[in-house]
Amino acid sequence: MSTQEIRFSGFGGQGIIRCALITGKALALYDDKFATMTQAFGPEARGSACAAQLVVSDERVLYPYITHPGILMALSQEAYDKYYSELPKGGTLIVEQELVKLRSDHPDLRLMRVPATRYAEELGNRLFTNLVALGFFTAVTNVVTADAMKKALPGLVPERFLKINIKAFDKGYEHGIQMMNQKTGGAVS
Amino acid sequence: MKTVTADPKGVDSGPHFMDGDHALAEGALAAGCRFFAGYPITPSTETAERFAERAPEVGAMFIQMEDELASIAALIGGAWGGQKCMTVTCGPGFSLMTENLGLACMTETPMVIANVQRGGPSTGLPTLTAQQDMMQARYGPHGDNMIIALCPDSPQECFDLTVEAFNLSEFYRVPVIILTDETVGHMHEKVVIPPADQIKVVPRNNYNGPKEDCRPYKFDSQGGHPMVRAGDGYNFHITGLTHNEKGYPAMTAEQSKVVVTHLMEKINGNADKIIRLDEDQIDGADVVVVSYGITSRIAVKAIQDARKEGIKVGSLRLITIWPFCEKRIRELAPKVKAFVVPEINYGQMVKEVERCAGGRKVISVNHCGGAVHDPQVILDAIRKAIQ
Repeated sequence: MSTQEIRFSGFGGQGIIRCALITGKALALYDDKFATMTQAFGPEARGSACAAQLVVSDERVLYPYITHPGILMALSQEAYDKYYSELPKGGTLIVEQELVKLRSDHPDLRLMRVPATRYAEELGNRLFTNLVALGFFTAVTNVVTADAMKKALPGLVPERFLKINIKAFDKGYEHGIQMMNQKTGGAVS
Repeated sequence: MKTVTADPKGVDSGPHFMDGDHALAEGALAAGCRFFAGYPITPSTETAERFAERAPEVGAMFIQMEDELASIAALIGGAWGGQKCMTVTCGPGFSLMTENLGLACMTETPMVIANVQRGGPSTGLPTLTAQQDMMQARYGPHGDNMIIALCPDSPQECFDLTVEAFNLSEFYRVPVIILTDETVGHMHEKVVIPPADQIKVVPRNNYNGPKEDCRPYKFDSQGGHPMVRAGDGYNFHITGLTHNEKGYPAMTAEQSKVVVTHLMEKINGNADKIIRLDEDQIDGADVVVVSYGITSRIAVKAIQDARKEGIKVGSLRLITIWPFCEKRIRELAPKVKAFVVPEINYGQMVKEVERCAGGRKVISVNHCGGAVHDPQVILDAIRKAIQ
C-alpha cells in the first residue's frame, strides 16, 4: 500500500467521525503509518448526512483531502446514494445491509454488506453499530490491524463502554473474516 | 534567550491523534500559558474548548469574554498581572482585536494570538479555509509597529510553533501571531508531545530590583527586558501614548523616534535570529516555490511532479512569516530564473517576494479561498516559470 483514501459516511449520531478518528489513531499511533483525517465542517455537516475522510500512506501525507477514494463505508441510504459513484472499478464498498437498499449489484466493485445495526442491537444498543462496522471494515480491507484498532479505542469511547465496544468490534470482525473465507478461501486481498 | 524546562503539569506528553486547533492549546499549556481569554468563532473554537477542558487540571484560567475586543484587552491585563496569555480567533475576530493589538505592541506586552484563518472578507466562509489575513497580521493596527508571525503546516507544528511563539513573545515582549488555517486547524494527524524536560521555555522575566530603578521599558532595539508585575509593589505606568522608560507620556518627536525605532528594530534588527525557513533543493534550482502553511504541503506535491519532468525546482517554506525573509530572497534572486508563490489569497506574500526579487520573474498562484490549491495549478505555474 502506498496511499489509500477512505470515506466513512452515514447519518449524524451513528459515530461516523468516531470511526475515522479510531482508524486514524490506530494507523498513526500503532500501525506505523501516516494518516490524515478531515471532516466536512460546512452546513452539509449539520444535517442528516455525515462524512469523514482518511488518507493513509507509508509516507507523509501531503494533500490532506481525498480525491480518489478506494474504500467507501456507507451506513445510511443517503450516504450510499451520495458517494458510491466516486469509487473506481475494483473499489471496496461496505454498506449496512439493512439500512442501504442497493441501486445495483455493483459488479465492478468489491461489495461487502454487514448487518451492523442488527448485531449492535443484539449486544444491547444500536449505538455500537459503528464499532461493528469498523470491525467488519478491519477484516475485509487489510488497511489496519485489529490489534491497533483495539489499542486506539481507550479515550475515543467512554471507559465504561470499552468492553462492549470491543465486543461489538469483534462481532463485526468475525463476520468479516467469515465472509472473506467464503469469498476467497481465506486470503485477504 | 534564557530558557528553563517546561512545567510538567501543562505537558500532555506522548503520541496523540489530534487536530491542529487542539495542538495549539496543548502547545500553549506546555509553554506555560496559564491565562486564556477568548470568544468562540469557527474554525478556532476547538482551541478554546481544549484549553477550557484542560485548564482545571493544569491550574490555568479560562475566561469566555463578551467579544474579541474584550478578549485581547483581558490578555493585556493578564500579561501585566504576570501570566503568559493566549487567545484564538479568525479573521472577523482578529479585525476586532487590531485596536488593542496596537496597544499591546506599543506597551510591549507579550501574548500569543492564533488566527485560524477562514475565507473572507467580512464573515466570508466560516467553515472553509484561506490564508487571507497575512497582511492584516502585519499591518492591521495603525501606526508603525512590528509583530512576529509564524505559520504551521501541520497539527505537529501547531504544537511546536505555539511553544516557540510564547518563547519569542516573552523574550521580545511582542505579540506573536500564529497564522494557521481551517485545514490545518481541523485536520487530525499524529502529534508527538515531548516529555516536559525536553521542552525549552522562556520563563516570564519580572523585575525584582530596587523601587527607584524600576523601568518597565528600555529602548535599545533589543529583547530580554523584564516586565514589571502589577501588585509587586512597584509604581509604574502603562499607556498607549508615546512614553518614556518609566512608562509615562512623553509626547515629542524626539521620543517618538526613540520608541518607534525600538519597536521596529527589536524585531527587524534581530530578524536573522527570529526567522526560520524550511528549504529543500534550493542549490542549483531554476525555480523556487515560496509557500507557507497548508499550501506548502500542496506545493510539495507539485514540486515532486515537476522534478519528475526534469525541472530544477526548490522549495522555500516560510515558517516565520513576519519578519519576512527578505535577505534570503535577495540572496536567491540572482541565482534563479523565477519564484512561484502559491497562497490561498488574491496575492499577498507574493508582494513581499516581488519587493526582494530584484526584477526576477515572480509568478503568483492565487486562490480566492474556500479550498486548497489543486496541485496541478502549481505545477502549471512551475512549468511557466522556466519558459
